[in-house]
Amino acid sequence: MNYTYILLILLIPLAVFLLLGLFNKKIKPAISGYIGVFGLLTTTVFSFYTAFQYFFVAGKVDGAFPVLGQKTVWMNFTESLHIDMGFLIDPISVMMLIVVSTISLMVHIYSRGYMKGDEGYTKFFAFLSLFTFSMYGLVLATNLFQIYIFWELVGVSSYLLIGYYYTKESAVAAAKKAFIVTRFADLGFLIGILIVGYYTGTYDFETLNNPEGSPILNWAATSFMGLSVLTWGLILIFIGGAGKSAMFPLHIWLPDAMEGPTPVSALIHAATMVVAGVFLVARLFPMFYFVEDGFALQIVAFVGAFSSLFAAIIALTQTDIKRVLAFSTMSQLGYMMLALGVSGYDGHDGLGYMASMFHLFTHAMFKALLFLCAGSVIHAIHSNYLKDMGGLRKYMPITNITFLVAALAISGVPPFAGFWSKDEILAAAFEHNKLLYAVGIIVAGLTAFYIFRIYFGIFWGKDRQYEHTPKESPISMTFPLIILAILSATVGFIPFPDFISPDRMGFEAHLNVPLALTAVIVGFLGILLAWIFYKKETDLATKVTQQLGVFYTWTFNKFYFDELYLYITKNILFKGVATSAAWFDRNVVDATINAIGNSTVGVSKKIKGLQSGRVQDYALAFVTGVVVLALVFIYIWTI
Amino acid sequence: MIQGITIYELLTVTSILFFIGIYGFITRKNLISILISVELILNASVINFVIINKYLYPDVLQGVVFSIFIIAVAAAETALAVSIIINLYRQISSVEVKDIETMKY
Amino acid sequence: MERIIFYFLALLIIIFAIASVSSRKMLRSVIYLLFVLCSIAGVYFLIDYNFLAAIQLTIYAGGIIVLIIFSVLLVHHIEMQLEIAKLSRKIITGLACLLGLAVFLVTLYSHEFNVVGTAIPTEVSEIGTLLLSYEAGGFILPFEVVSVLLLAAMIGAIVIAKGTILSESNKKTV
Repeated sequence: MNYTYILLILLIPLAVFLLLGLFNKKIKPAISGYIGVFGLLTTTVFSFYTAFQYFFVAGKVDGAFPVLGQKTVWMNFTESLHIDMGFLIDPISVMMLIVVSTISLMVHIYSRGYMKGDEGYTKFFAFLSLFTFSMYGLVLATNLFQIYIFWELVGVSSYLLIGYYYTKESAVAAAKKAFIVTRFADLGFLIGILIVGYYTGTYDFETLNNPEGSPILNWAATSFMGLSVLTWGLILIFIGGAGKSAMFPLHIWLPDAMEGPTPVSALIHAATMVVAGVFLVARLFPMFYFVEDGFALQIVAFVGAFSSLFAAIIALTQTDIKRVLAFSTMSQLGYMMLALGVSGYDGHDGLGYMASMFHLFTHAMFKALLFLCAGSVIHAIHSNYLKDMGGLRKYMPITNITFLVAALAISGVPPFAGFWSKDEILAAAFEHNKLLYAVGIIVAGLTAFYIFRIYFGIFWGKDRQYEHTPKESPISMTFPLIILAILSATVGFIPFPDFISPDRMGFEAHLNVPLALTAVIVGFLGILLAWIFYKKETDLATKVTQQLGVFYTWTFNKFYFDELYLYITKNILFKGVATSAAWFDRNVVDATINAIGNSTVGVSKKIKGLQSGRVQDYALAFVTGVVVLALVFIYIWTI
Repeated sequence: MIQGITIYELLTVTSILFFIGIYGFITRKNLISILISVELILNASVINFVIINKYLYPDVLQGVVFSIFIIAVAAAETALAVSIIINLYRQISSVEVKDIETMKY
Repeated sequence: MERIIFYFLALLIIIFAIASVSSRKMLRSVIYLLFVLCSIAGVYFLIDYNFLAAIQLTIYAGGIIVLIIFSVLLVHHIEMQLEIAKLSRKIITGLACLLGLAVFLVTLYSHEFNVVGTAIPTEVSEIGTLLLSYEAGGFILPFEVVSVLLLAAMIGAIVIAKGTILSESNKKTV
């Protein structure tokens, strides 16, 4: 089956970006909206077609889904070490194609309504297409360097989109923060890539991930400070992934990234870009599992679990609904990392891997839906804060229902999608490490609580008097909400284990009823608690806040991590490193260059006297030259 | 040939005259003085031609005839030089070398 | 006898040449040049090239010196002292010239000249015939060219030196 048409999936968004970017002012906004949506619709159709072909028509070869793709050598470091460019088709990349296309298409349609009337409308769609192109490139990458290139491109698109309202200082600062933090993490990523490439002799994913291939078999060949160098390389690569997926302590950029328009938050910071880190670990999963008996994988699991808990606690107290959703994303990403961390490799042991990818899939649906609903509410009320909202169920029925569907999904209520994926994660964690299971259960409860806190806070609670009566959003915005709601409700029934597993062979999974029941009960407890606190208007919440006192303040201020980082950057980096570097640059480097220039001018001033304009001087030089030449030729250099 | 005078002495004299002309050309600050120095140089070379003709090839006369031509050309050149000096004098009222140094850095 | 005359003439040449080049008065410089030229004519007489000596006196001493004197009278205050060059310049030039002279002399004196001893008298008619002969070794072409050159020099001198008045009136008529 010839998959070369997949290049079209990559090139159509790129073409849309170039078209809209270059002809920005000349295209009418309505047209650019249609161009963006149409481009994405085409790629979505192609993605679905690919998935259909790959999973159903071509199916398994020798019991496992084949790894296909095409690549060409792009740049040679040495004879054997080279960077290729191409695309790689395997189960998770096809799955990601579907996720990215669907969410991106929904966000494009939604943006037509949300960004209407905005000045940079065409620019917005251009950036969205750029992002989609970068994300496709990332999931289809065949080797570490190619994924790094698209990784950076995704970072750039994120920067452009967060800083979209470029006249707002906070947005510009947030964009810089996001880019710098992820760039810093990418330094680790790059060093990890170089280490892995140097010690295994290849960057190619197929070779690296082969359990019988030389990279994995010879992992113990070189070691450094007690661990294999490959382990260090994988840890560094994970640091890159942790930066992009907002794991602790590189999470500080994600709440600030909410300064961007809500469709951006839905697309990038909920469903697609932030899962790049998870995707990276999944992509290199055989290496993570086999090298040093999964040492790096342990680190992944614990970082994921901690981030998950950390974010869930902070999300309990935030009053900006987008910030709540941002921390919720961080928490769910922690879940995905946790699931990867507790996974095995063969057959049923790969439950964690499958659960992580399943959760990625379902989370994309309902988190994007949550963000788009929040955007719909913000669009109607023109405020992000809970205190300005209440009783909106009367005015915005569709948003109400779809938000409820998404909230039920994220809380793990059957039969919605979140229940199935979260249950698999908890089952995998239970089999592997009870502590991680406990963390997972607690986070599940907290998730249900904070999501329903904002649900009740927005749509129930006190009936406020609004200056402009909020109306339901236009059809361009509610249509994606409805589609995503349907998907959130139904995708849980896809038999994921048949398709996605570490060894690509698929396995039989069955529902662990006791664990599932526990998770559902915890979820309902969370919902109940939120009902008590928030459904009707009470001051129960305020009283509890006062009781908690200091603990509340700390949580509300996100444990002061932003302030800590700001302090370090200002006092240590700026004052210490940057000023001395600047001094050196100005006084040493510039001085050298200026000295060279000045000396040239000085020499020139001295010797310009040779061109005096006086014929006699020229004659003198002439005569002297002739005499000297005569001397030389007659007496000194006799031929 | 002159009895008792070797060719070397004659050539010595012409060489000294030649270099005096060059010295004058480079040192003098007046255009007409430079012209005079050029005449000295030319004369030195004329004597050279004649001497060599007389001493080394006395049966032919190429040296003499060539000297006639040199003298003719020198005359023409001096005439033109003087006319240029007059013209220049009319423009800048000076025949000093330091006033015509315009083509410099 | 001839030796003494020759040494005397040589001495005159050199002394007057040096005087010409270093004199501070314009007219004196020209007159010293005149003396140099006459001495050179004397040398030609000694060598027995009478025709050439005559030409030297006529053209150089008679024509060119007169020309230069006229130009001096046209552009100068005769009594004015000429400027002399800076000492550094004189030294450098002097050194260069001395060096050149040394090179010349050393080269000259180390060369063997095949001097032909016989003295063959020359007729003026031979010079004339040589000037106008068409055979190989004849100088008819340079002769004609020199005449054209002199014509060009005449025209050129007239054009350059005639001034703006005539040329403006020419422009009006054309």
